[in-house]
Amino acid sequence: MAEKSIEQRVKEIIAENLEVNADQVVGEAKLIEDLGADSLDAVELIMNLEEEFDLEIPDDAAEGLVKVSDVIAYIEDRKGK
Amino acid sequence: MGSNWSDRRVVVTGLGCVSSLGNDASTLWGNVLAGQCGIDAVKRFDIANYDCRIAAEVRDFDPAPAFPSGKEVRRTDRFTHFGVYAGWKALEDSGLDLSREDLDQVGVYIGSGIGGLETTEEQHKVLLSRGPGRVSPFMIPMLILNMASGLFALYHKLRGPNFATCSACATGTHALGEAWATIKRGDAAVMFAGGTEATIVPLGMSGFAAMKAMSTRNDEPKKASRPFDRDRDGFVMGEGAAVLVLEELSHAQARGARIYCELAGYGNTCDANHMTSPDPEGAGAARAIQMALRHAGLPTEAVDYINAHATSTPAGDMCEVQAIRRVFGEHALRLAVSSTKGATGHMLGAAGGIETVICCKAIEAQVAPPTINLDHVDPACPLNCVPNVPQERRIDVFVKNSFGFGGHNAVLVGRKFNG
Repeated sequence: MAEKSIEQRVKEIIAENLEVNADQVVGEAKLIEDLGADSLDAVELIMNLEEEFDLEIPDDAAEGLVKVSDVIAYIEDRKGK
Repeated sequence: MGSNWSDRRVVVTGLGCVSSLGNDASTLWGNVLAGQCGIDAVKRFDIANYDCRIAAEVRDFDPAPAFPSGKEVRRTDRFTHFGVYAGWKALEDSGLDLSREDLDQVGVYIGSGIGGLETTEEQHKVLLSRGPGRVSPFMIPMLILNMASGLFALYHKLRGPNFATCSACATGTHALGEAWATIKRGDAAVMFAGGTEATIVPLGMSGFAAMKAMSTRNDEPKKASRPFDRDRDGFVMGEGAAVLVLEELSHAQARGARIYCELAGYGNTCDANHMTSPDPEGAGAARAIQMALRHAGLPTEAVDYINAHATSTPAGDMCEVQAIRRVFGEHALRLAVSSTKGATGHMLGAAGGIETVICCKAIEAQVAPPTINLDHVDPACPLNCVPNVPQERRIDVFVKNSFGFGGHNAVLVGRKFNG
């Protein structure tokens, strides 16, 4: 079985964390406005991403992650794609 | 609505519960009358090394219908699942249409003795094994014991008085009493009140066992909780919740509500005697009963049935017998006094709630529910403890006793509603 891409893994984590359907988790979707995340959800999501990808996401970086595509780009950048 | 404290009357118009013997009041009542027992070997976790390996667990329970989303279920502790569900069942039972209510006049007091012990346990494991940066942002809102009250209000937009009582095993009764007082003083027309508890977890079972408070009759779970019996050896933990709808009388009558009974009085005192042991003379409990009867304007002779706190501990049950004899004198021997903890286990902060639900059904059916496993009544107890089978009898007035670690005594008086 082919390994999942970072994009797939990020989208799965977001869908699971925010309990939304996978088809809602598109690149342009905003975590708070479109996917219903509140401040605690956002903290938990960052923690789960750190866990999954074995990295530390500083608070100022986390604040810039507004859309699903922002999260994917950030993780890809940190993990060297 | 009457303009002062004494004019306003409070009635019970809805019952909801989650328990080992059913997740609605009618199922619970049927099982209590039939002498059923919800206690069994603990299945929720591996309990092989524990002194007490039995409890009255809630099984096959799905909180989802009472919650707005699966996400809300996931970010709340089991005690909140129970409390919110019991409130939702009470709402349904009351027939209240919240869309027609002034929600500033509807409040919630759902107490808990301990709160989210399971969450505390799990997150402490995370802290130790993975460090402080991995502790969940939901830990605090999940474990704080007022969250069942807060979230039930949030889900139904109830903006009236709201907090959570916390007085160990007297919690549920204090919540109901404080809700009664809130309606009496005119601060709400409707109150959802009761208690919830979910402590059948490793810390809960080991902590109470360390106090030597729990039965070790592990081989006979259905026989282990035996209030007033000479062979009792401790309480058996239960879990669940009960929430009742209390309503100002004219408000209930205006909407044609079914009235289970009138909540007529509330007493609240402290033993100030010992951290966990009850006063052997039962003086604090006696004063609480007297206070509740004074508020109800009833003489001791008016009482027909007492639902006792009696948890099946060697010391506690006889202290309560002393308190009852102290208050009621000769009339004590004419009363029916039962403890339903043989059936439900001791639901701690939820106990006063579930037992007040049972009292409401008892006054409706005019039947005193039995104390099960009462094979040989303690020779120090001369009371009619309704051994093993229900007793049909006139019940115009009931008394509900609850006592908690800390020396807390809470007592409710209910009476048949006759207009």
